[in-house]
Amino acid sequence: MTPLAAATQLLEVLSATLAAPMFLGWVNQCRAWLQNRRAPSVLQPYFGLRKLLHKDAVLAENASPLFRAAPYVVFGTMVVAAAIIPSMGTGLPMSTAADGIALVGLLATARMFLSLAAMDVGTAFGSLGARREMMVGFLAEPALLMILFVAALLSSTTSLPLIAEGLSSHVLGVYPSLAFTAVAFVLVLLAENARIPIDNPSTHLELTMIHEAMLLEYSARHLALMEWAAALKLFNYACIGFALFLPWGAGNEASGPLGLLLAVPLLAIKLVVAGAVLALIETLSAKLRVFRAPEFLATAFLLAVLGLLVHLLLGA
Amino acid sequence: MNLPVSDLEACLALLAAWGGIGLAGLLRPRSLRFAGRTLFPLGAVCGVGLAIVAAGHLGQPPQSEVLPLGLPGMPFHIRLDALSCVFLSLLGSVSAAISVFSAGYFRQGEGTLPGLLCLEYHLFLASMGMVLLADDAYSFMVAWETMALSSYFLVTTQHRIPEIRAAGFLYLLIAHVGALGILLSFGVLQGGTWQFTFDAMRAAHLAPAWASVAFCLALFGFGAKAGLVPLHVWLPEAHPAAPSPVSALMSGVMLKTAVYGVLRVTFDLLGSQQWWWGLVALGLGLMSAFYGVIFAAVQTDMKRLLAWSSIENVGIVFTGVGLTIVFKGAGLVPLAALSLIATLYHCLNHAYMKSLLFLGTGSVLHATGERNLGRLGGLIHRMPWVAWLTLVGALAIAGLPPLNGFVSEWLLLQAFLFAGDVPHTFVNMLLPVGAAVVALCTALAGYVMVKFYGVIFLGQRREAGLATAKDAGVSERLGMGALALGCLVLGLVPAQVIRLLDAVAHELLQVPSGRWGSQWWLLAPAAARQASYGPLALFALLLLTMLLTVYGVRLLYRRRERRSAPWDCGFAALDARMQDTAEGFGQPIRHIFEPFFRMSRQLPAPDDEHPVYRVTVGDRLWSVLYLPLAQAVHATANLVARLQQGRISTYLTYSFATLLLLLAFVL
Amino acid sequence: MHSLSLDLQLLNACAALLLLLSFSMLAQRRTVTLVNLLALQGALLVGATLIVAWRTGEAHLYLSALLTLALKVVGLPLLLHRLIRRMDVYWDTEPVINPSATMLIGLLVVVFSFGLAQPISALASTATRSTLGIAIAVILLSFLAMITRRKAMSQVVAFLSMENGLFFGAMSATYGMPMVVELGVALDVLVAMLVLGVFFFQIREQFDSLDLYHLETLKERE
Repeated sequence: MTPLAAATQLLEVLSATLAAPMFLGWVNQCRAWLQNRRAPSVLQPYFGLRKLLHKDAVLAENASPLFRAAPYVVFGTMVVAAAIIPSMGTGLPMSTAADGIALVGLLATARMFLSLAAMDVGTAFGSLGARREMMVGFLAEPALLMILFVAALLSSTTSLPLIAEGLSSHVLGVYPSLAFTAVAFVLVLLAENARIPIDNPSTHLELTMIHEAMLLEYSARHLALMEWAAALKLFNYACIGFALFLPWGAGNEASGPLGLLLAVPLLAIKLVVAGAVLALIETLSAKLRVFRAPEFLATAFLLAVLGLLVHLLLGA
Repeated sequence: MNLPVSDLEACLALLAAWGGIGLAGLLRPRSLRFAGRTLFPLGAVCGVGLAIVAAGHLGQPPQSEVLPLGLPGMPFHIRLDALSCVFLSLLGSVSAAISVFSAGYFRQGEGTLPGLLCLEYHLFLASMGMVLLADDAYSFMVAWETMALSSYFLVTTQHRIPEIRAAGFLYLLIAHVGALGILLSFGVLQGGTWQFTFDAMRAAHLAPAWASVAFCLALFGFGAKAGLVPLHVWLPEAHPAAPSPVSALMSGVMLKTAVYGVLRVTFDLLGSQQWWWGLVALGLGLMSAFYGVIFAAVQTDMKRLLAWSSIENVGIVFTGVGLTIVFKGAGLVPLAALSLIATLYHCLNHAYMKSLLFLGTGSVLHATGERNLGRLGGLIHRMPWVAWLTLVGALAIAGLPPLNGFVSEWLLLQAFLFAGDVPHTFVNMLLPVGAAVVALCTALAGYVMVKFYGVIFLGQRREAGLATAKDAGVSERLGMGALALGCLVLGLVPAQVIRLLDAVAHELLQVPSGRWGSQWWLLAPAAARQASYGPLALFALLLLTMLLTVYGVRLLYRRRERRSAPWDCGFAALDARMQDTAEGFGQPIRHIFEPFFRMSRQLPAPDDEHPVYRVTVGDRLWSVLYLPLAQAVHATANLVARLQQGRISTYLTYSFATLLLLLAFVL
Repeated sequence: MHSLSLDLQLLNACAALLLLLSFSMLAQRRTVTLVNLLALQGALLVGATLIVAWRTGEAHLYLSALLTLALKVVGLPLLLHRLIRRMDVYWDTEPVINPSATMLIGLLVVVFSFGLAQPISALASTATRSTLGIAIAVILLSFLAMITRRKAMSQVVAFLSMENGLFFGAMSATYGMPMVVELGVALDVLVAMLVLGVFFFQIREQFDSLDLYHLETLKERE
């Protein structure tokens, strides 16, 4: 493990963890601009986190140790996921321990612990949110796996940094299979991160929420960790999208420390554009009825499988 | 092993010891203490011994022997090779944990005397071991029948209840239909030599058409025992009817003997495999996996849910078997080895995970007396040991890293990725779609486990009686703990396990060993595609991150916590009936996958004083396949029954007609 | 993959988009959007024809592209939009089988066509032969769309989409049909449209609706 690789790994994890709330703040800022209103500052999520961490935690009387441990598990899995996504560099030593399939598994772990914690206190909202979250999850997870499969078939490996390297070294061209999977990935991103049109991240109406319903019983530091994990999840998904579809600019062993330094502003630019596009998509869409969500995700799944088939047929 | 006894003789001795322990149970049949304190733990020790001997023999050449048992011209042949060793160590280790659990589990007054229960149980174990050791068709069938009969008596332990008797009958019926298929398959395999030893079958060269017939019969027969759709109808009835340790044994070990049978017939007894056999197995496997998991999601009885989940996992195992056959038939032998190892690993995993879950439900059943999910809830507070150990099993079955379920899923998906190399046109396009179905089933398994664990252990108590539930006893904790530890070990050091399983691939597929990477902490199929999985590093990083977070938060923000009523958006009158039910949790699946279920709804009228809303979810295959078949059998039987008139003159006429015919033909 | 020239890559992209459009037609509920998707399909065909024409230098393909533009991108969609407004058939919300099942069957149809096309592609001699599978898939998917629709307007759009797939298939396998065959097919489609138009007016007169379910009442016995 070279010092450059260790530095890349550490830098990625730290920057992902620290910058994720800002990304969320930026998306809210763009949404406010598009909706012709004034947004709070881009740093607002940080203030929110600090406020929550300063409070005393109020737990329900029948909350079990699982309820108290879940925020740490969810946050931990998101940080570990950030460690294996090649956002800034492809020389990641942790990627030998976990490849793309393990990444999907880590996301599933977070989802499962979140759902179990939601069912723990035994309120109607918690179990409803858990049920809906698992419903969205069981269709989004295979779609994400199929998307990874297409990328893996194109680069002959399932390790994410190697996929990014492989795809960035290909001659610039039109790959229809990647186009299909890109659309599918955007749909999965919207669904898994509880954005419109699947869930409304800014609502607290019980009948219209999935992610918020699961966090209802949490307070103070537990809630802070859960919210931070959600922001980190969005950041991770954005970085997965960059690694699969816009892999240029990440530093690798060949480009050395200079490549790593260049990769940081490039990533920032990609994130700014991605946040704006996400806000645009959210503003232009309306929230779907809950039972239209499986159709939405089935479309994503089918698009991913279609991309796979087109790749097998056309070789592109 | 350097003992004067060969490994094979040691295994045989341990199986005989089980038989002896079983018979010893008849000495004091009414004494629960004798059976529980002495016999079952002894059986567990034998199991551990069997596992160690079998695992130690992997990688060494096969040993065979002829026993002085059996008929005069057909003695019992037995053989210990790599495939048998893997399944024997599975049998030994899992049954040891279950025996330890059973030592503290069985109670008086369940309908069968404890001594008799001990006999049936250990006979079951011994016969399963004999199935794995058998080297000729005769001893195989004798052991198979003993297995079926002893498990029938175990299933009908509480034989005073009519539903349990009916479930046992269905189980026996389908077991015998399957046994018929296996017998016919052996009949085809002997290929005209009329020698029923497996060595003769290995040497016999069958025409491709006859080989296909043998394979299909074997798939039918073993599939009936494994619970492959459409021969699965006995599983959701028999597993809930049996006592929980027996369900664990059946789900964890007995279904795997059927997989052993398929592997033995396909890769050992049949010389060459045709690739389209793999498609049949693959198709049936995928169908079972999907069918099993969606039915598991809508169940309201916790043991039926686990039974359907077993059907799903058997489907995934057969998917792996099918993939292996496709690769082998297409000549891609290293890839066949990869999928074979994925299949065997999943067998191991499922044995540990499912047994753990069934034992957990056993403890819950004994503590609360309830099997219905609608009457459980909030048990994590009263039964912490059971709850936390069952959590390990639930997370493992959902396929979450770093536990063991994820490893076999990872291996299987890696094998599917190579499917594009298969030279047949439709197949290399259909196989990635198969990978999509496997991914869907795994995700649905997560859904099912959230439902299972959340409704039983989390939330509020749905019945007042649950407030006095007691946690499991010492032997129960030990048994479940051993299985949970097994899950953890299988998940964290897969490379070591695979090095052991590689011996099977080496033997059955003639692949050279040592194709796997050399680091012990990394799982890396050394093939053209670079991919690796290091669960220890992942687990370590996860723990480190969590600990750092806990420490950091505590250091920087030292705040108190206090307890209060649940927030629930400010709604004060929260009671246990306001949380989700098992039916409610299954509703999205019922809605999305409606064509697969046969649902009957009973809705209340607008002016009903006591409105009742009832939904019954049934198996379509039962009404489409089994009931017409039963009616046809009935009709045929009625036709034939006309022969029995009851009148003497009619019977004399039969004899007269036979005499006339014989005279006409002879003269 | 990287060795394909730009025009072949663009052709592959056109083919993939064509497949995507046929899929979206399968699940689309608004007839106005259906007709717009049909127009987009026509535009893709024009683009593909122009690329093939540029690559091979055959003059009649330019003429064919112009014809396609006039008829399929401008003419027919305008006509169909007018029909929709006159007959007030904006929605087709009750398919014969639910949308998810339709999409699943569509996926199986795509796998079937791709598998079928692989040996056939090996026989063809054009550079675009790998897109033959997509052409077959588009034809079969449009057929499926025709089967699973209840309103006559959607069935007509699916029929036209089938013809689009046929055209694309001809182009990828043999660099376009001879002009005579092409004009013949175009004439067939036009005549079919006229006949169908008359048919629909009669149905509308009789049953006061264009829901083809009513045709089932024309049975002899009950």
